[in-house]
Amino acid sequence: MDTWTFGWTVALIGMGGTMLVLWILSLLILLLKKLFPQNTRPAERG
Amino acid sequence: MESALISGLQGLFLGVAALTAGQALMILVGCGLLYLGIRKGYEPLLLLPIGFGAILVNIPLADMMGKEGFLRFFYDFGVLTEIFPLLIFIGIGAMTDFQPLLENPKIILLGAAGQFGIFLTLLLALAVGFDKLDAVAVAIIGACDGPTAIYVSSKFAPHMLGAVSVAAYSYMSLVPLIQPPIMRALTTDKERKIVMGVAKRPVSKTTKILFPIVVTIFASILAPKGAPLIGTVMLGNLMRESGVVERLKSAAENEIANIVTLLLGLSIGATMEAANFLRPQTLLVLALGFIAIGLDTAVGVLFGKAMCLLTGGKINPLIGAAGISAFPMSARVVQVEGQKYNKKSYLLMHAMSANAGGQIGSVIAAAVMLSVLQGMGIIAG
Repeated sequence: MDTWTFGWTVALIGMGGTMLVLWILSLLILLLKKLFPQNTRPAERG
Repeated sequence: MESALISGLQGLFLGVAALTAGQALMILVGCGLLYLGIRKGYEPLLLLPIGFGAILVNIPLADMMGKEGFLRFFYDFGVLTEIFPLLIFIGIGAMTDFQPLLENPKIILLGAAGQFGIFLTLLLALAVGFDKLDAVAVAIIGACDGPTAIYVSSKFAPHMLGAVSVAAYSYMSLVPLIQPPIMRALTTDKERKIVMGVAKRPVSKTTKILFPIVVTIFASILAPKGAPLIGTVMLGNLMRESGVVERLKSAAENEIANIVTLLLGLSIGATMEAANFLRPQTLLVLALGFIAIGLDTAVGVLFGKAMCLLTGGKINPLIGAAGISAFPMSARVVQVEGQKYNKKSYLLMHAMSANAGGQIGSVIAAAVMLSVLQGMGIIAG
């Protein structure tokens, strides 16, 4: 494989892949937050 | 007796006689690194042992990187095996609070854009004549993440480890000088004045605990070559968030991180032998590393501009500059720049989200790159 094919392939898949993985991670975080929301109910006073 | 005295005296001067101009220059370079660490406060935890290691390894006839040398022992044990950077990653994970990112997950995309400098620099490195794997090692300086740069360069271009590490840590400490001019050049006055709303969205403890587990499983399956990087950072973070292994967490972020930082710094300094370091290639590595961090910042800010446009002006593009891994320095730079143009603008929490995204982004970018190289058959599986 010649240098430029190598370079452009790694650059394009690398940038696209990084963006894709982090985008999916952001969706997973949203899903986690939906499944396990923070309980914001104020503590009961005794 | 007389000849014995002369021979003995000669022994005292053997080192002086054997000192080459290159070694003398590298001792000065080591002193320069010590100066930067001690007087200027630039990454002293790393630059001090690196500088001292550079001095030690260039002492003539001491042979500290020889077969029996003590620096060789540390280098072989911790750097060649990649153990040191991975242990540091556990400490980083234990120290990092991903809460700002979890509060505002879409900002993680800025952490991806902030890694594009890695891939653009790869093209530049190939253009100036670096071999494929050498170009990968140079480009990874753009991760703006010392342990990642060390991990990748020690694996694929160990002969460049000294130059790559020095560039990575030096430029990380120079982020407050490198980023602002680029941020100003790529944004308008109106954009810099944008006030972002308060992003306080509570995150449950369960989410914080599950986050490192989910990231490890998901990202490692997608990019298995980067599993050691991702896994160690997330192990450290799980120890932090679970709250059940306080001793381990404390050891990871204190004792282990401190000992490994010392030994890693010395080992990196030990790679700076005159014969290896004093080459035109080193200057190219330093120049390309500088460009890489500039490109990270530029792409991050441009991506911030795109997000600003798409959200109808709700995002200040300056926070895009914090999509790099220099945590939390880069977020502070964004806060300071934002305040210069609008005293009512408090960008710190938003920039911290982007910065935490940059921390994950740098590891993911390296993992993706390694997996692409594996897929192309450039590196072994």
